[in-house]
Amino acid sequence: MFDLWEKIKQTLPMGTSAGFTGGVVHSNQHKRTAGQAIIACPLPELLIHPVKQHIGDPCEPMVEVGERVLKGQMIAKAQGYISVPVHASTSGTVEKIEEHTIPHPSGLGLTSIFIKPDGLDEVDESLHPLPNYRSVDAAELRERIRNAGIAGLGGAVFPTFVKLVKDQKNPIETVILNGIECEPWLTCDHQLMLEKAHEIISGMDIILHLVGAEKGIIAIEDNKPDAVEMMQKTLQEMGLNEHVQVQVLPTRYPQGGEKQLIQALTGKEVPAGQLPMHIGVLSTNVGTSKAIYDAVCLGEPLTERVITVSGDAAAKPSNMLVRLGTSMHFLLEQCGVSSFEDIKVMHGGPMMGELLSQDDVPVVKGSNGILAMQKRSIMRAHFDEEPCIRCGDCGDVCPAGLMPNLLASHCKENQFERAEDYNLFDCIECGACSYVCPAHIPLVHYFRYGKGQVAQIQREKAFAEESRIRSEKRDARLAKELAEKEEKRRIAREKKEARAKALAEKEAAEKAVVDKDSAEQASAEQTDKPEVKADDKPAEDKA
Amino acid sequence: MAFVYPVLVFAGLAFAIGVGLALASRYFHVEGDPLADKVDALLPQTQCGQCGYPGCRPYANAVAGHEVAVNHCVPGGERTMLAIADIMGVEPQAIEEEATAPVVAHIREDECIGCTLCIKACPVDCIIGAPKQYHTIISDHCTGCTLCLEPCPVDCIDMVETPELLEHWSWPVPGTKRAIKAEKRKGKHDAQGELSV
Repeated sequence: MFDLWEKIKQTLPMGTSAGFTGGVVHSNQHKRTAGQAIIACPLPELLIHPVKQHIGDPCEPMVEVGERVLKGQMIAKAQGYISVPVHASTSGTVEKIEEHTIPHPSGLGLTSIFIKPDGLDEVDESLHPLPNYRSVDAAELRERIRNAGIAGLGGAVFPTFVKLVKDQKNPIETVILNGIECEPWLTCDHQLMLEKAHEIISGMDIILHLVGAEKGIIAIEDNKPDAVEMMQKTLQEMGLNEHVQVQVLPTRYPQGGEKQLIQALTGKEVPAGQLPMHIGVLSTNVGTSKAIYDAVCLGEPLTERVITVSGDAAAKPSNMLVRLGTSMHFLLEQCGVSSFEDIKVMHGGPMMGELLSQDDVPVVKGSNGILAMQKRSIMRAHFDEEPCIRCGDCGDVCPAGLMPNLLASHCKENQFERAEDYNLFDCIECGACSYVCPAHIPLVHYFRYGKGQVAQIQREKAFAEESRIRSEKRDARLAKELAEKEEKRRIAREKKEARAKALAEKEAAEKAVVDKDSAEQASAEQTDKPEVKADDKPAEDKA
Repeated sequence: MAFVYPVLVFAGLAFAIGVGLALASRYFHVEGDPLADKVDALLPQTQCGQCGYPGCRPYANAVAGHEVAVNHCVPGGERTMLAIADIMGVEPQAIEEEATAPVVAHIREDECIGCTLCIKACPVDCIIGAPKQYHTIISDHCTGCTLCLEPCPVDCIDMVETPELLEHWSWPVPGTKRAIKAEKRKGKHDAQGELSV
């Protein structure tokens, strides 16, 4: 009986070839730039730095128009806790500070600092190199990593310093370096591992020192054997191969997702709504690790990153070292894109990336790939959404173990509460379900729509609650004012009445006195009058 | 005599349940109207009075008392109407007026004479100012109820559309060619239906 179940399980496509459930396998044919050396992108005529390039609160510009800035100088300072500053990526003058479109599917803009390069590339040397980081205080290193503007370069751009805590409650046991790069087309992390192995491993050593972890894992997929070899060799050279090991995983998308990678390596799942740190794991991208090395050992803030510029419309696809703030249009021109008609620019990989509505947007910290795709090779150009045929393929490939078909139909019918019951917020938007759907349903788009609507409903609810409180307070205040007025009136009335009473009493008293007087008078008169008679009365009395 | 036991049993049951109900109504007594609270929680709290009641709470009380239909909240839109109809157990009804884009009031300060009339009209206390001083609106708290427009003697208040914020942006519903086509066909179908009627 149980053997039969095991046999059935083996025939199912889910979770058999990799250490995480679901997923799809991509061929390597799209990794056009694999093995190409990183080339430096030339200096553009204008650099545009949006004040927010990470997840969290936007920064505040701290330079003025016309001011000269140096390469690596902080030009916008962090606001709030989850925030990292922005630095100028070359020397030049601040031309203007105004809103500019950012690489975002909305096509909306954000305050940006425009820098006109002077071509000298003069470096700001205010950050001192700290090559002996093991003797430096952890708090200082953390502050350094924050001030260097480092956020996760794998694409999620979460401020890295937030993760680098030595927490007593959740001690980090394992540090994972993510060199998976499972998106098709992208090769920037692969090439970085080949060229900057020493820096990446040093960066990892800094992280190990910071969080007090003993064990480190460098995870690489088996389609990058040269990177595996290079990493192993460098580890041996640096004498770190006792603590840190390279682990090779079978190629499968989305293995590079933080939660999937942790599951594949440790067998532990990150609980819904929690962070990897809650199960004693920390994972960073190899690019982030290199940036940490640069910030600590060389004193260089994050001003440039490696980007794969590719796509089927790029004649010269390449891995490029690009200054943050470079226009994507300029970058694509360097890679042999001459005409921008019939081309869609994609920011990120083809599975999770976003199509941009315009190409005149700057490269930001989260840009790991820029793909110029022919319009005809975008799937949506050929296929339209068709009714769900209930094949269940989406559920098989979902790495979060969700039921995308049901989720999508709930989102489509605006039944967000039900979608939440089916754990809409556990979706990592990897795109595997949309990729395999034979009915071409844009599943992930529905989930993004649903998540946005839920957030909006929550915002509206919070606003309504706040308005209700304000309105109730106002009503209470008005009632109180009215009551006070009534009270004042009552007191006034009482006073008036009392006064009137007193007056009346006084009058009455006066009257009484007058009456008395008059009565006395009268009585006097009377006494006067009956005096005649009086003689009779006393006489009577006497009698 | 066979009927004695059933009669006794049912009489006993009736007595026991009656006592139970009497005790329950005494010990589980709830002050206020929980249904009205539930309806009030669904309303957008704009306090605009478009429903004909002076604020959201009075409308909630009226709806909970079945005095008025569920479709009078214009700013709440269809979603609120459906939710209220659901908890009231009545058939949903279409909202007659179209909800407009979200707006907030804005005072043209150089034209303001500082009369404080709008301050008194604001149901959520989000206008600040003093007699003979410019007034201004805290737009983060403005519900867009338009109640301040009418009392203004110099008409210096405008309703302005709230700008789309990047952090509040959300993905639109996926629009596919098939959906657009189906919508067109539905429109055509409805039009034909109307003609034949």
